[in-house]
Amino acid sequence: MQNIDKVQPLIFYAFSTLAIFAASMVVISKNPVRAVLFLVLTFFATAGLWMLLEAEFLAVTLVLVYVGAVMVLFLFVVMMLDVELTSVREGFARFLPLGLSVAALVVIGLVFAVGAKQFGPDIVPAPIAHAANFSNVGQLGILFYTHFLYPFELAGVLLLVAIIAAISLTFRGRRGTIAPNPADQLKVRKEDRVKLFSFSREAGEEEMPRLMRAGESTGRTGDGGGEGI
Amino acid sequence: MIALSDYLVVSAILFGIGVAGLFINRKNVIILLLCIELILLSVSTNFVAFSHFLNDMMGQVFVFFILTVAAAESAIGLAILVVMFRQKKTIDVEEMNSLKG
Amino acid sequence: MVNIETLCLAVVLFPLGAALIAGLLGRYIGVKGAHSVTIFAVSVSFIISLYLSYVLYTGDATSFNFNLYTWGRSAHTDFQVGFLIDRLTVLMMSVVTFVAWVVHIYTVGYMHQDPGYQRFFCYISLFTFGMLTLVMSNNFLQLFFGWEMVGLMSYLLIGFWFNKKTAIVANLKAFIVNRIGDFGFILGIAAVFYCFGTLDYAIVFAQVSNIVSMEQAFTFSANITLPAITFICLALFMGAMGKSAQIPLHVWLPDSMEGPTPISALIHAATMVTAGVFMVARLSPLFEYSDVALNFILVIGSLTCLLMGLVGIVENDIKRIIAYSTLSQLGYMMTAMGVSAYPIGMFHLTTHAFFKALLFLGAGSVILALHHEQDIWKMGGLRRKMPITYITMLIGSLALIGFPLFSGFYSKDLIIEAVKISHLPAAGFAHFVVLGSVFITALYAFRLFFVVFHTKARADKNIITHLHLHVHESPAIIWIPLVLLAIPSLIAGAFLVEPLFQDFFQGAIVMHKLHDGFAVLDRDFKARGGVISMTLHGLRSLPFCLGIAGIFTAWFCYIARPGMAEIIQKRLGFLYRILKAQYGFNLFNQWLLARGMCGLGSLFWRFGDMWLIDGVGVNGLARSIEKFSQTLRRIQTGYLYHYAFVMILGFLCLIAIVIGV
Repeated sequence: MQNIDKVQPLIFYAFSTLAIFAASMVVISKNPVRAVLFLVLTFFATAGLWMLLEAEFLAVTLVLVYVGAVMVLFLFVVMMLDVELTSVREGFARFLPLGLSVAALVVIGLVFAVGAKQFGPDIVPAPIAHAANFSNVGQLGILFYTHFLYPFELAGVLLLVAIIAAISLTFRGRRGTIAPNPADQLKVRKEDRVKLFSFSREAGEEEMPRLMRAGESTGRTGDGGGEGI
Repeated sequence: MIALSDYLVVSAILFGIGVAGLFINRKNVIILLLCIELILLSVSTNFVAFSHFLNDMMGQVFVFFILTVAAAESAIGLAILVVMFRQKKTIDVEEMNSLKG
Repeated sequence: MVNIETLCLAVVLFPLGAALIAGLLGRYIGVKGAHSVTIFAVSVSFIISLYLSYVLYTGDATSFNFNLYTWGRSAHTDFQVGFLIDRLTVLMMSVVTFVAWVVHIYTVGYMHQDPGYQRFFCYISLFTFGMLTLVMSNNFLQLFFGWEMVGLMSYLLIGFWFNKKTAIVANLKAFIVNRIGDFGFILGIAAVFYCFGTLDYAIVFAQVSNIVSMEQAFTFSANITLPAITFICLALFMGAMGKSAQIPLHVWLPDSMEGPTPISALIHAATMVTAGVFMVARLSPLFEYSDVALNFILVIGSLTCLLMGLVGIVENDIKRIIAYSTLSQLGYMMTAMGVSAYPIGMFHLTTHAFFKALLFLGAGSVILALHHEQDIWKMGGLRRKMPITYITMLIGSLALIGFPLFSGFYSKDLIIEAVKISHLPAAGFAHFVVLGSVFITALYAFRLFFVVFHTKARADKNIITHLHLHVHESPAIIWIPLVLLAIPSLIAGAFLVEPLFQDFFQGAIVMHKLHDGFAVLDRDFKARGGVISMTLHGLRSLPFCLGIAGIFTAWFCYIARPGMAEIIQKRLGFLYRILKAQYGFNLFNQWLLARGMCGLGSLFWRFGDMWLIDGVGVNGLARSIEKFSQTLRRIQTGYLYHYAFVMILGFLCLIAIVIGV
C-alpha cells in the first residue's frame, strides 16, 4: 500500500504533465499533421490518467476507438487536403496575449470554482477500494445491457446517421460519366428548346434573324440551329 | 494522495488550453476541430474523476456516450471541412466569413 | 282629420316636398314643373298660415302647443318635434310665406333661362321649410335645427352661381360668420338645458322666475361671475348677432349680395336676417330678466343702425346700398328689442319685410332691364322708361324713411318713442342714434332713388350706351310681385297699428312692469285717439322733419347741384375713406383673423407635422432603426473565433457568478 501511495502521485504528475505539454503543442504547432499527432499523445496520456482512476474500459476504448479511428480519420483528411503550410503564422503573436490572458482567466476561475476548497481531500474522501476481482468492464456491461440498453442502441443509430451524413455531404459521384439527370430533364422549359421566327419571303441576308449557334441557350441543340417554322 | 481537486485542476487546464487554441488559431480549421476534441476530453476526464471518487458508475456511462457523440461529430465536421475546401480551396479560418452581416 | 296638427304639418311639409321634387326630379319635370310645384306648395303654406291667423284672431284659443314626434331620448330628457302656434308665430308665418310666395313668382321671370333653374326653386323652397320650422318650433332644439337649415340654404343660395369666384368667397364668409354666432347660440342652449333641465319653451318660460330667484350663477375664472340668466341671454344674443348681422358679425351681409336678387330679397331682407329678431321676441320671458343683456342689445342695435346707415351713403352698387339699409333697419329692430318694446320691434319687422323685399325686387327689375348692370352711376333717367318700377320703388323708399301714412312710419315712429321713454342706461345714446338714422336713411334712400331714376342732368355727362336707349319696363311676371308688395308697404302699417295695441300678442310676449315702454305707448296711443291722430301728429314731429331734410339734401346734392357731392367728398376725404372701408371690419378680419389662422396652420404644418411628426417621429424612427441596425450588424463578423471568444466570455461570467456566490 505504501508503495502505491508513493508511486501514485508520481504516475499522476507524469501523465498530467505529459498531457498538458502535448495539448499545448497541439495549439502551437504550425504543421497540422504534427498537431494531430500531438493530440494523439494527449489522448494516450489521458488514457493513463483514466487507468489511475480505475476506469480501465474507458481508457482502452479511448486508445482503441478514439485514437485508432477518429484521429486516424483526422490524419487522412489532413493529408488529403494538400494544404499549404504557412511558414510563419502571421498575426499569431498579435492574438497570443489576448488569448492567453483569457485562457488564464478561465483556468484560474475554474480552479477557484473546483479547486481544493470545494473538492479537496477533506471534503471528498478517498473512495473505498474495490475487491480484487472487481471488474470495471463487467460493471459497465451490466449497466449497459440492462438499464441503458435503449440509449446504447440509440448510440449505434447515431453513428449510423453520422455515416450517412458524412457520405451525403461529400459524395460527388463518379466523374467522367455522362448519365442523364432526371431532375435536370424535368426542369427544361420550352423557351430553351424551341424558338419561333417569322420573316417575309423577300427577306435578304441581313434581315434573316440570327439563328442559334451550337451550345447556345440551355440544353443541347444538336446540329447548329435551323430555320424555325 | 491524489485528491479529486487535482484531477479537476488538470482537466481545467486542458480545457483552458483548448479554449485558447480556439481563438489563437486563425489559420487552420483543423486545429479548431482538434481543440474541440481537447475540450471534450477534458470534460470526460472530469466525469471519470467524479465517477471514481463518488463511487458512481454513471459518470463512466456518460463518458461512453460522450465518446460516441464526439466521434460522430468529428466525422461530420471533417466532412464539412472537406466540402468547404473543395469550394474555397483553402482552410484559412479568416476566409470563412460568408455569414458576415 | 283637418285639425290644427295636420294643418301645421302641411304648412311645413308642403315646401319640403316641393323642394325635394324640384331638386331630385328637376331634370324630368323641367322648368315648368319645378316652378309650378314649388309655387303651389308655398301658396298652400300661405293660405294655411292665413287660416291659422284667422283661427287665432277670432277664436277662443290663444295658442296651440303640441308635440308631434319624439325625436330622441336621453337619460335626462326627450327631444321632441312640436309646434307652438300663437299670435307671434302666425304673424311670422304669414310674413314669411307671403314674401316667399311673391319671390317665387318673381323668380320665374328673373331666373329665366338660367341653367340652374330647378335647383334654385328647390333651394328657396327648402329655405321656406327651414324658416317655417324655426318659427313654429316649440323647443330650443327645433329652433336650432331651423336656424342651421336657413344658414345652410343661405350658403347654398349665395353661392348659387358657383363658378363665380366672388360668390364662393362670399358664401363661405356668410357661413363662417354665422357659425361664429352659432357658437354663442349653442352655448346659450346648453346653458338653458343645464339650468332648466329641458329644452321645451313652455316649461322653461314657466320656471324662469324660479331660476332667477335661486340666483344661480356661472363663475368663470378670475372671479367673473355672471347670473345664469344673463349668461344665457348674452349667449343666445350672440347667435342673433350672427344671424341678424349686428356689429361685429355683420360683415357677411353686404357680400351676400353676390347671390341672385330674389334671394337677397327673401333671405337677406325679409326672413332669415329677421330670425334673430324673432328669436329675441320669442324668448322675451328670458330676456326680460336680464337688464345687462337688454342694455347690450340696445347698444349693439343702435351702433349697427347708425354706422351701417352711414356706409350706405357712399356705396355705388345698387344692391349694396339696399344691403346696408337692411343692416341699419335690423339695428332699429334690435334697438326696439333692447328697450323691451318687443311688439313694436315685431311690427317693424313686418313692415320692413314688405318694403325691403319690394326695394330689392325693384332693384332686381332695374338690373334685369339694364342687362345685369349694378353700378348706379351707370344708370339714370329710368323714370320714363320703367314707370311701374319707378312708382313701386318710390312707395318702397317712402315707406323706408318713415313718411307718414306709409307703413314704415308707424313702426319707426313707435320705436323712436319707445327709446325716448326707456329707462335703460344706454337709452339716451340710442335715442340720439335712431333720430340721426332717420336723416341718414332718408339721405341714402333718396340718393339711390334720384341717381337711378332721375338725374337727367347727369345723363348727359355719363356715357350712354345703346342699352340705355333700348331699355324698357320689365315683363309682367316681374312687376306683378312688385305691385303685390307695394300694397302692404302702403297700407300694412295703418291697418296693423290698431290691433297691435289691442293686446295683439296675448301673452306670447312678456314684458316686465319696470320695462314699461310699451305700456306707456299703449296708453298714449289710445289717449290720442288712434291711427289718424297718430298720422297727423307725425306730420308735426321731429323725425318727419329730419326725413324731409334728408330728402332735400339728396335732391340738392344729386339733382340741383350735381357737383356738390364731389366737393363734399373732397372736403371730408378722411371720413369718406373710413366709410368706404366699412370701418375696417373686413380689413381686420382679413389681416388679423384670416391671416392669423393661416399662419397658425402653416406653423403647425411646418413644425408640427413636417418636422415633428414626419421628421422626428416617422422618418426619425426609421433612421434611428437603420443606424441601430448598422451598429448591430458589426456583431456578425462571420469569424468563428470571434463567436467562440464571446462564448468564452459568457462562460467566464458564469464562473464569476459561481465563485462569487
